[in-house]
Amino acid sequence: MGLETAIKMTGIVKKFPGVIANDHVNLDINFGEVHALLGENGAGKSTLSNILTGLYRPDDGSVEIAGTKVEFNSPRDALNAGIGMVHQHFRLVSTFTVAENVVLGESDSSLFMDQKAVAARVKELSDRYGLAVDPSARIWQLSVGEQQRVEILKVLYRGARVLILDEPTAVLTPIETTELFKTLRAMVAEGRTVIFISHKLDEVMAVSDRVTVLRGGRNVGTVNTRESSTRDLASLMVGRSVEFTRVQREVPAEARSIILNVTDISARDDRGGIALQSVSLTVGRGEIVGIAGVAGNGQRELAEVISGMRAMTSGSISVQGEKVQSGKARSAIAKGIAHVPEDRLHTGLASSHSVEDNLALKNYRTMSRFRILKRKSIRAQSTDLIERYDIKTPGSQTPVRLLSGGNVQKVLLAREFSALPKVLIAASPTRGLDVGAIETVRERLVQAADNGVGVLLISEDLDEIMSLADRILVMYEGRIVDEVPAEGADRERIGLTMGGIKL
Amino acid sequence: MKSPIRLERRLEQPKWLNWAIPLISLVAALILGAIVLLATGKNPWDVYFRIFERGFAGTRALSGSLKTATPLAFTGLCAAVAFRMGLINIGGEGQLYMGAVGAAGVGIALDGQPTGVVVVAMCLAGMLCGALYAAIVGVLRAKFNTNEIITSLMLNYIASIFLSYLIYNSTSYWRDPVSKNFPAGKPIADRAEWNFFEFAGIKIPLAFFIAIIAAVAVSVLYKRTRFGFEVGVIADSPKAARYAGIRTSSTIILVLALSGALAGLGGAADVGNFRQLLDGKGLQMSGYGYTGIVVAALARLNPITTVVVAVLIGGLTNAGFALQGPDFPSGLVGTLQGLILFTAVAGEILIKYRIKANRRVTTAVAA
Repeated sequence: MGLETAIKMTGIVKKFPGVIANDHVNLDINFGEVHALLGENGAGKSTLSNILTGLYRPDDGSVEIAGTKVEFNSPRDALNAGIGMVHQHFRLVSTFTVAENVVLGESDSSLFMDQKAVAARVKELSDRYGLAVDPSARIWQLSVGEQQRVEILKVLYRGARVLILDEPTAVLTPIETTELFKTLRAMVAEGRTVIFISHKLDEVMAVSDRVTVLRGGRNVGTVNTRESSTRDLASLMVGRSVEFTRVQREVPAEARSIILNVTDISARDDRGGIALQSVSLTVGRGEIVGIAGVAGNGQRELAEVISGMRAMTSGSISVQGEKVQSGKARSAIAKGIAHVPEDRLHTGLASSHSVEDNLALKNYRTMSRFRILKRKSIRAQSTDLIERYDIKTPGSQTPVRLLSGGNVQKVLLAREFSALPKVLIAASPTRGLDVGAIETVRERLVQAADNGVGVLLISEDLDEIMSLADRILVMYEGRIVDEVPAEGADRERIGLTMGGIKL
Repeated sequence: MKSPIRLERRLEQPKWLNWAIPLISLVAALILGAIVLLATGKNPWDVYFRIFERGFAGTRALSGSLKTATPLAFTGLCAAVAFRMGLINIGGEGQLYMGAVGAAGVGIALDGQPTGVVVVAMCLAGMLCGALYAAIVGVLRAKFNTNEIITSLMLNYIASIFLSYLIYNSTSYWRDPVSKNFPAGKPIADRAEWNFFEFAGIKIPLAFFIAIIAAVAVSVLYKRTRFGFEVGVIADSPKAARYAGIRTSSTIILVLALSGALAGLGGAADVGNFRQLLDGKGLQMSGYGYTGIVVAALARLNPITTVVVAVLIGGLTNAGFALQGPDFPSGLVGTLQGLILFTAVAGEILIKYRIKANRRVTTAVAA
């Protein structure tokens, strides 16, 4: 293995309003190694790689490449220094050919490109690294795996010595993943460096030489892969939080009676890929069921299917024995399913509309006569809810987008809770809120459960799930892979299953 | 390298801006116009006075302006109704043609029926044809997510060719059989002619009243009804609409059909109230559908304001016709009208955004 230091990042600090994404992170990467960056969502992996590729400027700290201090102002600077990134979402022009995409954005590209020369060079690179792809094929004709190869070729063509791959396997089939790993090994064998960003433990174990684990914006350790195990990595990744406390709550005896019954549901994501594969779960009266998992493993789709926003391809959902129609939000609402979506401002609320309109977003149909809205009733409902849920707003007519994050969430909760639901789906209900607002939201959730509502809490924040839920389900790649009672749950085990390790 | 100024979105739009900005825009247009007029050796004061005189002063001027304004009010409403939901229907032109075709057909066919019956039937036929024509755009958008700007524009050309075919290239029901050498539309029945009402010497077409009723109806529909609420939510966030269980597809089709119905009603008005026949060339040259988009934009998509703006634009157009002459080229008239629209649209930006100076930020950049 090469031992020369390729990249040395020291004391990197990057702050965004309200969060410290990178808090004095150090990172050393050698030439000729596959270095994995492991961490949960929000651990600071993306921010760090964006600093390395010149998209962000660090607030503090320094970056050295092969011993020379550098400051990047743009991705072009980084590319000139030999650092290239393969993004999770491809940046390809679908009507162009592979060769055209590879040279696109070249600073010295002349008006007419030398098709033959480019194709020859692309061919040579793809042969050398096993990146089989036809230079004259058009992007839209290629599979996702082939498109990724084009992205890699693009970076190689520009002479990058360091390649950063952001969650490259998220879109690949297992066979394609094996192929990719071969390519990565071939590249490091030639002295190039690969930074492999992932949260999948077994892949990190399979492909990397060393692993740096990030948690909460800090570097919690760099280890040699060979001297480590998935178990070690999992515990580094999720950490052992000492301060979290479980909410002590009497689970009502009636929790045994099932209120939400989800049986064998499957669904597709927006791009037509498989998002959910025969997911079954139940929620009892007054029970809080937590869904843990790294984002993008089907949680959003699960919430959308149950709340009727997304059609399921198979399976069934019922509330107290009554079937909910697939893909019919109105049916879900009528059966008593409330939904606090992840994207509050654009899904849960119509953000340019007033507070009172948003509070009536689901029951405006009942507040009308002969299809004419009863403005007075809408206003009265709003005045009442603003007071009961302590929403801080200049008035009933203020657009919700002008409210603070905590108050936006209060508007949503006020509407969903006041409908007296039987089931509540809450997706990342405290994300982005300040401490005070987080407390309020959690209290409301517990209160709802105490009143007999069956709560399905979907969150990436494991602490939140462990402190609120009665039972924890773990999701990975569209399946429920584990189920544990929250009382005395083993963090390490949850961390492992979240990372795709089968127990 | 940075531009010295930048636009910043206003979080709140102060109420006074709503009337101050249009006023400032108008004054700016007059000043810019004065510069152009001085440069061409005209007396701006004199020209402006003539525009006002010919467009808005006196009963004859106002009667003429209202006549021009009426179709614009309908096409303006057509654009406003769709734009409010974020559907850029620029097919008002074609939908108006189709409305005119339908209304003219009914007007010819119902020879001998009482006026009231014919007028109502022509209105209904115009609305139906316009609505169906626009519904094509709606269905394509709702079912296949086709860009409505392109489809509605393309359908304008088809409607235009269809119109020419009916009058010039065939011996259709709409063509006057006695017009062998100079093809023209067949006149509708005498009793099918729509009335004018006189108030203080100003002749107000029946269709103008219908436009006002339509504007009020649209206003009530959008402000007070469940349907209007749903349209607003879809415009704001289609995802939120889906979340609330609003049927987005059918609403898209309905809104476009309504939009087309309004343009179609404009077409019926053109036949019934003004030309009394299907006048292919006349309609094609007027460009009511496209001007209607400008009218709706200037009225900030408010239906009632749309009618008011239609009268202003109608007056301006009429004054333009009057001004034209050997000493006053039509290009200059167009320039003056263009300046008013230009400053009005520029002013629109100032209602939504504020201008901020970009202070030079010095950053240490190491190579």
